[in-house]
Amino acid sequence: MAKEILEGSRAVARAVAMCRPQVIAAYPITPQTHIVQELAQLVADGELAAEYVNVESEHSAASVILGASAAGVRVYTSTTSQGMLLMNEVLYNLAGLRLPAVMTCVNRAVSAPLNIWNDHQDSISVRDSGWMQFYAENNQEAVDLLLQAYRLAEDHRVLLPAMVCMDGYILSHAWEVVDIPTPAAVDTFLPPYPPLYRLDTENPLTFGAYAEPDKYTETRYMMQEAMNRALEVLPEIQADFARIFGRRYQGPVEGYRLEDAETVFIGMGSTMGTVKEAVDALRQQGEKVGAVRLIAYRPFPAQALYAALQRVRQAIIFDRAVSLGSGGPLATEVRALFQSAPDCPAISSGFLGLGGRDVTEETVINAYAQTRGRTVQGIFFDLRHDVEMEGVEG
Amino acid sequence: MAIMEDHLFAPGHTACSGCGQALAVRLVLRAAGSNVIIANATGCLEIFSSNYPYSSWEVPWIHSLFENTAAVASGIEAALRITGRLGNTKVIAQGGDGGTADIGFGSLSGMLERGHDVLYVCYDNEAYMNTGIQRSGLTPYAASTTTSPAGKQSWGKPQGKKDMVGLALAHGAPYVATASVGYPHDLDRKVKRALEITGPKYLQIHCPCPLGWRHDTSLTIEIAKLAVQSGLFPLLEFRDGELVQAHKISRPRPVEEYLRPQGRFAHLFAGEAGQEQIAAIQQIAERNIARYGLRRQERTAAKVPATAGEVTTEEKAARDRERVFTAAELAGFDGREGRPAYLAYQGLVYDVSGSSLWPDGDHQGMHQAGEDLTAAMADAGHGDEILAQFPVVGRLARDI
Repeated sequence: MAKEILEGSRAVARAVAMCRPQVIAAYPITPQTHIVQELAQLVADGELAAEYVNVESEHSAASVILGASAAGVRVYTSTTSQGMLLMNEVLYNLAGLRLPAVMTCVNRAVSAPLNIWNDHQDSISVRDSGWMQFYAENNQEAVDLLLQAYRLAEDHRVLLPAMVCMDGYILSHAWEVVDIPTPAAVDTFLPPYPPLYRLDTENPLTFGAYAEPDKYTETRYMMQEAMNRALEVLPEIQADFARIFGRRYQGPVEGYRLEDAETVFIGMGSTMGTVKEAVDALRQQGEKVGAVRLIAYRPFPAQALYAALQRVRQAIIFDRAVSLGSGGPLATEVRALFQSAPDCPAISSGFLGLGGRDVTEETVINAYAQTRGRTVQGIFFDLRHDVEMEGVEG
Repeated sequence: MAIMEDHLFAPGHTACSGCGQALAVRLVLRAAGSNVIIANATGCLEIFSSNYPYSSWEVPWIHSLFENTAAVASGIEAALRITGRLGNTKVIAQGGDGGTADIGFGSLSGMLERGHDVLYVCYDNEAYMNTGIQRSGLTPYAASTTTSPAGKQSWGKPQGKKDMVGLALAHGAPYVATASVGYPHDLDRKVKRALEITGPKYLQIHCPCPLGWRHDTSLTIEIAKLAVQSGLFPLLEFRDGELVQAHKISRPRPVEEYLRPQGRFAHLFAGEAGQEQIAAIQQIAERNIARYGLRRQERTAAKVPATAGEVTTEEKAARDRERVFTAAELAGFDGREGRPAYLAYQGLVYDVSGSSLWPDGDHQGMHQAGEDLTAAMADAGHGDEILAQFPVVGRLARDI
């Protein structure tokens, strides 16, 4: 293992190559492109023995890896934003076919208006597709979660596709120190993909049969069970990971300075790095605050979250996506977790960092101030009143 | 018919009676054999063949979605290639006309452009039949469908068929062909030939749909033949962009004969005004005939290559008396497995062994040696003068 300073996209591409996918299909879209062009170069230089399929759309990128996964090889793709939306149909299909696949979602806002910067609307929009979702806080995690995602997706107890979400630009284009694993260590952690079933003339099987009402429910039940099992398998994989790479991940949720915390910030992705800084600053002012970060969003880590939040008095949830007409997707689920539970904390929630708006320490501290002694729901923490909104605010 | 012996497509599926597509699938699989992986688009075929837990597929088969079949096949091909399984195992992508020419056109274009070693088969029944007969880009001019209905101010679909053959050719695909369930030997040959070629292949098979075309279920084959014989659905074969074979029509049948048995064209026969539309359809057939040179030159076949050592009339007459073949004896000279290839025509038995036109006794995928082909000549793309190049080896015994 060697620590290197390199761009997030390049770190991810290097990690992908060490996972030895045999078929890669991708379509260029900002800010994902650096990953896939790096992979194309690795293939072109003979450093990665893979078929790199230059597809004509993201719909086909997902479809190509679907076909390849069904044929029994390890696959990879990466996309973002509009590309994720165009893939949507295929994502559901891949999961329903129970085909392991891994992608990196370089999170970006969704049009209109067109915006190439970071929020989570793209991956959140496919949260119900049957793909597992993991959110990286930094580039080291974007690498580490990728390796873990392959293990989990290909585990015969799970067999569901997985996406590792990394914030566009904030991570993908940031140069950070990343501990790049050695190929040998990755080979130990992630042996060649052993498909449970594959398209094979020696053993002809039918994939993708249609199911009438007397069968369909059971397919959903089985997928739900597989999601639940993924939460059980994850700690095993994380233990292996710690043994081989020396970095310890503990379950699907990470707590920060929770020991006597009365107020806890909850969120996902790179924002939580900033939130941790704000927690430190607030603690210096004597505020008993902490943070809880979801690493896994699907499967939703209900038990781990509940355990982490049981004793706190106040929770402040940061969503970087909006379920328009309702509220924050994360807030809705965390709130549901405490429905009718004893010792329910006062839950406030709101949006920040949409479409690439900077989330600073100050943003977090302001949000803390806005929720002192009251609860707020679905407010826009970093709304700018100096932007003309004619016709909207009447 | 011997061609139907293999059942890689198992019976018990739920296709309608008279379904042209089900028949075409059996022929395609029979020709392709068992070393094939199939990616299948959403549609009638997928529904009637894969109702879990049942499946008609005796080969590895995957259905993903409606419009991504060519991409799924591309992925399968890529996986086979990187693992060294490609070649031994062939990949077929298949879908209906809507899944091919409309919603799946983008992914098909990508597959053709990238040059994947995949045979794409379009089962063209000229509308979205699975959803209840809606018009597609391959629905023909003036056909009444539920979304291009004939009405007081409509003659049905105002546009003609999308030129998918031309579009496939524009991608530089090394093999592009059309076939019909009405010509099973030709279809069989084209599938086999396509699978021998490396690279992207496109094969469009005309498949009547009794439900959607509203014809009697017993007429599927006859109507498929009439489409070809009228010039409305030419049987074509392109290698590397060049037309290498077009099924010739001796005496093109008026399109009216093709249209009349089909309810989707019934509005054209309801009154005098429909004649204009029928004339327009006749024009489409004429354009096809001219464009692809489908009309056989009548009796001017001086271009038959002269064979070395042409026999004299005397010699020929002498040979005529050499042997009398019963039908059963003749059947033994079918050209298969190294046997000589003989055929009978108007009482004489000809030896076509060794002719490049009759490899293994097979002629253009439509006829097999060992038979009396007198009646078949009417349908041939040539006249009987062509037989002059072959030696006569006997006479066919008359039935007693």
